[in-house]
Formats: sequence, structure tokens, C-alpha cells
Amino acid sequence: MIPSINITDREKITTADKVWALAFSIVAGLFFIGLIFLAFGVNPVFAIAKIFTGSFGSMYGIKETVTKAIPLILIGVGLAIAFRAKFWNIGAESQLLMGAIFGTWVGLNWGPHLPAPVIVPLMFFAGFVGGAFWGLIPAFLKIKFAINEVISTLMMNYICAEFLTFLIVGPWKGKTKFGFPYTDDLPASATLGLIPGSRIHYATLILALLTVAVLGMVIYKTRFGYEVRVIGENPEAARYAGIDFFKTTLIIMAISGGVAGFAGVGEVAGLHHYLSYPDSISSGYGFTAIIVAWLAKLNPFFVIIASIFFAGILVGGDAIQISLGLPAATVEIFNGTLLVFLIMGDYFLKHKVRFVAEPRTGHQTTKPLKTG
Amino acid sequence: MIVSVVRRTLIAGTPLLLGTIGEVICERSGILNLGVEGVMSTGAVAAFMVTFYTHNPWLGLMAAILAGMVISVIHAFASVSLQSNQVVSGLALTMLGLGISGLAGKPFVGKPLSVKMHDYAIPYLSDIPYLGEIFFDQSPFFYMALVLAPAAWFMLDYTDLGIKIRSAGENPQATEAQGVNVSLIRYGSIIAGGAFSGMAGANLSISYSGSWIEGMTAGRGWIVIALTIFALWNPMRALVGAFLFGGIFVLQYLLQPLGISPNFLAMLPYIGTLLVLLVIGLKDSRKLNAPAMLGEPYRRGER
Repeated sequence: MIPSINITDREKITTADKVWALAFSIVAGLFFIGLIFLAFGVNPVFAIAKIFTGSFGSMYGIKETVTKAIPLILIGVGLAIAFRAKFWNIGAESQLLMGAIFGTWVGLNWGPHLPAPVIVPLMFFAGFVGGAFWGLIPAFLKIKFAINEVISTLMMNYICAEFLTFLIVGPWKGKTKFGFPYTDDLPASATLGLIPGSRIHYATLILALLTVAVLGMVIYKTRFGYEVRVIGENPEAARYAGIDFFKTTLIIMAISGGVAGFAGVGEVAGLHHYLSYPDSISSGYGFTAIIVAWLAKLNPFFVIIASIFFAGILVGGDAIQISLGLPAATVEIFNGTLLVFLIMGDYFLKHKVRFVAEPRTGHQTTKPLKTG
Repeated sequence: MIVSVVRRTLIAGTPLLLGTIGEVICERSGILNLGVEGVMSTGAVAAFMVTFYTHNPWLGLMAAILAGMVISVIHAFASVSLQSNQVVSGLALTMLGLGISGLAGKPFVGKPLSVKMHDYAIPYLSDIPYLGEIFFDQSPFFYMALVLAPAAWFMLDYTDLGIKIRSAGENPQATEAQGVNVSLIRYGSIIAGGAFSGMAGANLSISYSGSWIEGMTAGRGWIVIALTIFALWNPMRALVGAFLFGGIFVLQYLLQPLGISPNFLAMLPYIGTLLVLLVIGLKDSRKLNAPAMLGEPYRRGER
């Protein structure tokens, strides 16, 4: 008997199904990660345990996890909106950087003359403008010239990273930095307060949570949110319904890029206090946030949970680097494998896959299978 | 001076060309593979490890090709069998490839190879003044790329297999109706793309540098994806594009002493790609030659 695979669409998907699929994906993913570790001679139980104890197992770990969750929440929620409209924004990494550039310019130039309550909102505003500006270019290119946004946003990442490097080694190079390629420090009024004993810049955290609340409302409760969903699910129908494709796409990308710009300002004003190389301003948050948005099923509120989860993996990744001497890229194994298993979980959630024994022709020894 | 610049341009362009040929084949079948960076990195580490132990760079090259094919199956499974979003699963492949190669390569960081893939001077031809040194005294990777680009072009444009690959990317339903197994074609194209990316990785680790460090692909996989579009899905145009991009790499170092910011030069390939897309988009988007179903999952029996 040759078993064949019978695939049908699942008709009803309950919340319990979704939770099971998610839990199964994560557990199966971790198991597979364990196998990879085993293959390279790393104790899998120890490594995986270390990832989670390193991030959630100590006060220090939890604080660091929250710190790294801040940019992920901001970018993740912006991507969730863009992805809903099927706009594949791979450029959040540089939208963050552009936000950091704009915010830092405002901080450096106006900071010395203005008090914190004025300059900090101004910096965030500038960051939003910077990120939105950088996000609008690929949106415009897509609508006007049918240029694929995956490619254009990717190209924009490189252009922005080079531009930032140009600024810090060239015109913006700090006079107080002994020739290092950094800008000068932001004036004290233009830096963000930290929760004592941690690196959590709470102003950005509050901004991130507010952004989630506002965008969650927009997606689920407004006409605009409805239009975004229609554009993503059925562009034909959107056209018939008279939805302005041009305008909606531009607004989506202004928001998606803008909130990534918030994250950039938060990283500079909250943690670094000066601009430096692109890799140190953002450790790939723009890419990690893509998985965050995906894990959250493009739901802004779930983005918070998913961000904390992946921030934990980032922090835990640092921990295993130190304690097990593993390379920095190890954390990518976690991200990549979990993503693959999430894709699989999603498939099995939407489809019923059954192995069925092919009924033999000729002589029937068993009762015929029930159909339906 | 000029001879050395041109020669270095070709050397820098070779891994880009190899990767781009693979991505062109893959995308022509309708599958966008953003995993090139990860696959290249995996190929690089596989080539290094095998060469390190066997002292035979050719075995290293084989290992890289094999590793590239094997890891690409992940993307094939996700995007073809599971009809998942290709952007997401491509990114997953990049992450996995970078992660696994980082882990596998850890013990080899900073170790030199006893034998690198040597340059081969082609008899007689390499004696031609100037040209000989530029074109005929290069690494085997260069010669292979130079042969494989027209071969891939011929395969895609003039063979039965090529027609099947292209029609899988243009109209999978009609292709399936002709009795072609679209899933199989797409699996094959993705895996073939993986083989090329693996080769490109081997080029970096056992020929270009002769060492392994984490992150040695340095974004070349993403450049390959840009180049694929720059070349408008044509392996012959990829030949021109890859060496053009390679030339910009070399120029960055040359023009730096003249006070021209290397960062602006480094932007050029990316701005160039956008401009090419823009110019063609302005003229006629149909001439873009993009596979019509690029990035669209295909499910058998669905209209």
C-alpha cells in the first residue's frame, strides 16, 4: 500500500487551532535548532537553556530584553501595516537610520538652545519625517514606475548606510572624538532618561506602546484600516470600491517608515548619544522586525509579545556568545529556523494534510473508507 | 596600472556573476530567492572546510556546490510545496545560511589554507601582451563564470528545458496544462540557483581570500539580487553588469586618495540599479522582461 497525501483547505480555523499551531511551530523549531547544535558539537540543551536564561532568567537579562524590544515594537508595528497592504518593505533598517540621521541633526543643532521637553519631541518628529521620507521613495517608485519594492527598499538600505558612513567620517565627524568616525555627543537636553539601573529609555518605550495602540485602532476601527486590508487581500476589488491606491500606499509607507524613524531616534538619543557606524546604531532590527511582524500575524498588539520574544533571543544570543564562545551569527540560526517552522505551522493551520492509504483496486479486504 | 585595475575588476566581478547566473535561472522560473547571501556564505564555509582537510580545492568547490544545493531545498520546500511567501522564506534562508556557516566556520577563523585554488595561465593566450594578463591568467572561477553565463543564456533561450523554466515563471497554469510539472521545474531551478551561489561562496573563501571569517560574503548576495534585475533576467547582460559592479568596487579604492568619498562610489551600484529600473519603467514596463509570476505561489489545479 502506498500512502498518498491528501491536502484540503481547512474550513474553520479556531483561536485554539492558531495557538496550537504557534506552540507546535516554536517547539518543533527549538527541537530542530537543538539538532543543528548537536551536529556542530554544541550541547543543545545547554545552549537553548542559556538563550532563555540569559534573556529572561535574570533582572539584567529582562532589562536588556525590554531595551532591545523597543525598536522591534516600533518597526514591527509599522511593518505589520505595510505587509497588510502587501507592500514588502525590506527597508526598515535604513528607515531607522534615516530617522536617526534627521533626529541627530536636530539634537546637535538645536539641542544646546532648547530645553528637553521641547527638543525631545522635535527630535522624534524629525526622525519620523526622515524615516517617512525614506519610506516614501520606494512607495512612489512602485506606484509610478512599477518598480518592485523588495528591490528598491533593499537598494535604499545600502544607499542610506553609505550615506550615514559618509556623514560620520566626513562633514559630521565630531570635533571632540579624537578622529574617531562619530558625531559629537548630543547635548544633555537632547538625550533620553533611562529607568535607573537599566538601559531602558522609557520615553521611546511609551512612544512605542502608544504607536501600537494608535495603529491598532487605525487598522481595526477605521475606514482607512479597512482600505489597507482590502488593498492587500484583493487589489481588484479595491479598485472597484474606489479606494485611492496611490494615496493609501503613500500613507502606509509614510507611517511604516516614520515609526522606524522613531526607533532610530530612540537608539541614538537613548543609548548611543552620538551617530556611529550603521551596524552599531542598529543590529539588524529592521530585518528581525520582519519576523516579528510575521510571528504576530500582522496584528499590532501581538507585535509587542513577538518583539519581547525576539529581543529575548537577541539578548540570549549575546549570552551564549560569551559563555559558550559561539559566533555572533548563532542567533541567526534561531531566527531562521523559527521562521521556517512558523511558515510550516501556518501551512498546516490553513490546510488539512492527511496521509491516506490508497484504496486497492480489485479485491477489497477492508471495509471501504468513509468519505467526507 | 590599467592592466591591474581591469584584472582586479574581473576578479571582484566573478563571484557576483556566478551568483547572478543562479538567481536569474531561479527567478525565471517564477521564484524570488532572497536567500543568496546565506547560501553563498554556506558555500564559502563548506569549500573552506573541505579544502582545509583534503588539501584539494576542487573537492572544496564540489562541497560548496553540494552545500548550496542542499540548503536551498529549504526555500524550495517552503515556497513551492508550502506556497509560502517567498520574501519571508528567502529571508529565513539567509538567516539560516549565515547562522549555520558562522557556527560551522568558528574553528576555522584565522586559519590559512595550505592550498588555494590557484590561477591558471592558459598556454599561448596568456602570452598576449596586456590582454593575456587580464583575461588568460585568472582563477578557474573566472573561466567557469565566463563559460557558464553564455551556457545559461543558451539553455534558457534555446532549449526545451529553458522554455519550460521560463513558462513556469510566466504562466504556470498553462505550463501545467502542457503536461509540465511546474513544481519540479521550480524545485530544480531553485536548487540550480543554490549550486551557483555555493560556487560564488567557494570563489570567495578558497580563491579570492583563502581564509574564512564570519560575514565574509559582505552583502554580495544582496548585490546579486540587485544585479539580477539590473541584468533584466538575462545571463549575458549579467556578464556586463557583474563586471561593471566589480569595477565600482575597485574604483572605490582607487579614487579615495583623490578626495572622492568612497561612500558615494559605494552607493553607485545601488543607485544604478534603481536608475536602470526607472529608465525601463519609464519606457515600457512590458519590456522589463520580468517573469510575470515572479514571487507568486502556484497551487496546482487553481486558476
